[in-house]
Amino acid sequence: MGQVDPFATAQFSACPACAVAPLAVMQARKGLKPMAGPRPEKIMLSVPTAHCAACMRSIETALSARADVVQARVNLSLKRVLIDLAFPVDPKNLIQTLAELGYQAQVLDQGFLSSKQSDKAGDDLLMRLAVAGFSAMNVMLFSVAVWSGADAATRDMFHWISAAIALPTVAFSGLPFFKSAASVLRHGHINMDVPISLALILASALSLFETLQGGVHAYFDAAVMLAFFLLAGRYLDHRTRALARSAASELAALEVADAHLITNGTETLAHILTLNPGDHIRIYPGERLPADGVILDGQAQIDRALLTGESLPVFASQGDPVAAGEVNLSGHLTVQVTAAAEDSSLYKMADMVMAAEMSKGRYASLADRAAQIYAPMVHILAALAFAYWLWVLGDLHRAVTIAIAVLIITCPCALGLAVPSVVVRASGRLFKRGVLLKHQTALERLAQIDTVVFDKTGTLTYGQLQIAADIDSKLLHMAQSLARHSTHPLSKALATTATVDPLPITDLQEEWGMGISGTYQGQPLRLGRAMWCDMVEAPQTATYFSYGKDKLLIPFQDCLRSGALDAINALRAQGLKIILLSGDTPLAVADMARRLGIETFHAHQRPEEKLNFMNNLAATGGRALMVGDGLNDTAALVAAHASIAPASGLDAARVAADMVLLNDDLLAIPQAFAIAKTARRRILENFGLSLSYNLVAVPFAFLGLATPLMAALAMSLSSITVSLNALRVK
Amino acid sequence: MQILTYLIPISLLLGVTALGVFRWTLRHNQYDDLEGDSQRMLNNEWDYRPKP
Repeated sequence: MGQVDPFATAQFSACPACAVAPLAVMQARKGLKPMAGPRPEKIMLSVPTAHCAACMRSIETALSARADVVQARVNLSLKRVLIDLAFPVDPKNLIQTLAELGYQAQVLDQGFLSSKQSDKAGDDLLMRLAVAGFSAMNVMLFSVAVWSGADAATRDMFHWISAAIALPTVAFSGLPFFKSAASVLRHGHINMDVPISLALILASALSLFETLQGGVHAYFDAAVMLAFFLLAGRYLDHRTRALARSAASELAALEVADAHLITNGTETLAHILTLNPGDHIRIYPGERLPADGVILDGQAQIDRALLTGESLPVFASQGDPVAAGEVNLSGHLTVQVTAAAEDSSLYKMADMVMAAEMSKGRYASLADRAAQIYAPMVHILAALAFAYWLWVLGDLHRAVTIAIAVLIITCPCALGLAVPSVVVRASGRLFKRGVLLKHQTALERLAQIDTVVFDKTGTLTYGQLQIAADIDSKLLHMAQSLARHSTHPLSKALATTATVDPLPITDLQEEWGMGISGTYQGQPLRLGRAMWCDMVEAPQTATYFSYGKDKLLIPFQDCLRSGALDAINALRAQGLKIILLSGDTPLAVADMARRLGIETFHAHQRPEEKLNFMNNLAATGGRALMVGDGLNDTAALVAAHASIAPASGLDAARVAADMVLLNDDLLAIPQAFAIAKTARRRILENFGLSLSYNLVAVPFAFLGLATPLMAALAMSLSSITVSLNALRVK
Repeated sequence: MQILTYLIPISLLLGVTALGVFRWTLRHNQYDDLEGDSQRMLNNEWDYRPKP
């Protein structure tokens, strides 16, 4: 999909049709512009598989060629396309255009169009970073001159110029750290920003004091360099988070927010939150039920896959209860609402998710744990140095100088970069493979898993049925011809497999909940349930067909998602235990488990049972990755050590999951696991590296032998090694 | 050493100019799609002037 040689396509796209297309668009635009009104419509689509210049071009060309599109611009970093529309269009049409090109697309939230504002914080950090970088370079020019032997008046002048550059910089660039430290201190806690702020302020103050005295050592360069490296770490951290936030919050609700309310025989659109028990609503084929209710009129096949994980739809007619979140596949239904909004089963599920969230222990990230050990240590070391030298020399000035030198040298410059540099690198790699990291610590948690729990319907499978066996073609052909006239999902699946023209069938009659019948060449045909065709019920998902005396069993199975088998084999090869947890029938689950070679599987799992299963697993020390897409998985996703939801899943599942699988391929899961493991190793290495620099430099500082040159070397060398090490995440 | 009185202000001025340019690019959203921009130059179809 889209895997084309950029150069080949670039050549190819020089075809006459493409050359003409822009002209046609221009003409179309001229006609359309006046109607566009004062407010141009914009739509943003997520296009996860776009990855090269050719992709960008073909997407932009195809979209711009549409009469309703004024302009389309692909953002390759974020893998999305912003479309200016001449007039409001159903996004489904645009998605269809992209689907014809072979790109999957999804609509992004409208509120997200103002994304530029949301990244004000990122731009702000970048500006502070740039200022710190500018000062670091300029101050370093003077510092090098001082270190190379400038003395007396020249040295003093250089110190003064450095002060003039460094002091405003520290005030401006250090602000994020000062703010964070102040807010933490106000609550009586301590975090990494406290020693950072102290080091920044004390280094500047000490250097200013030295400059005033005409002293030898000034740490202006150390102060600005510290600000620069730490801001770099902070910015990387922000970028990962911004990217995750953008791409995750954006997979906008495709679910309807409106219901067809019937009042006195007329139908109006009402928001689902305004529905009351007792209201009558109409559900058209293909719509999701907005509330719990009882069917008053009509009959239909109901798809419960997202609620229960059942792969087969169930038949419901007058008097049957239906629940919010189920999908009406076939008939027109009139439903009396019994529980709406907060009372509906959909929201009860949400409550359970919330409870799972509360009970889940907060995972302390590696960076947090490092900071908890490191931050007090820095202060204690500096205090010790101060106390020791005050006691030995009785010289306050000397003791303060040494204590500050210790603080500057131990200051966790590389530590600030250790985690973000790796996470940025790894999340970039993951994004390229179609895995979106939503949660900050998801990477670390993913690296620790020992079990993978899969949901079946919609996760391992597409939730689409296909015929499971080779069957006598003549009877099958008749069955396919008959199936064309039915709306039952099995019939639809059967009809789509037809390869030749349908046979002429007469006397068509559909019996709801039973099957369809007809006549072909004087003989009666029947397609449907086992009893409808006088056949014995088979122990698997199947439909039954009879033609006169000939009988035919047509078995079905769920289509496996691409890469499912490979993904499971790869995960097993990485030493992980695989478990299948499904709400579907034991037969269907066992069959799937057999096809994938999964030994542990549980069927008929209700949402709370899935949740309990995950909790039990966690209680026995297991760390599980949950992969699921439905509402019934949501609580389990939250309770799991780490979780992944496919982008095709429900909103709730995607929100609950730590990671979102942007494309269809499940093979991304083992790849993500491998990347996470490498990333974790690199993070730990980085801690070791930054610590080793400190181990070398701290004794010198403690003994009062540290010079600004040494601080600068330790700081920059450790930061650079840490960043380079992060690049080794492949 | 007289030369320093010229060189230091000049070097600082150059630095500040670069900082100003960076600020301008940041304000004009030049860093929104670094990957896309690096790929766009491979397009066969180029513009003689910016699109309206």
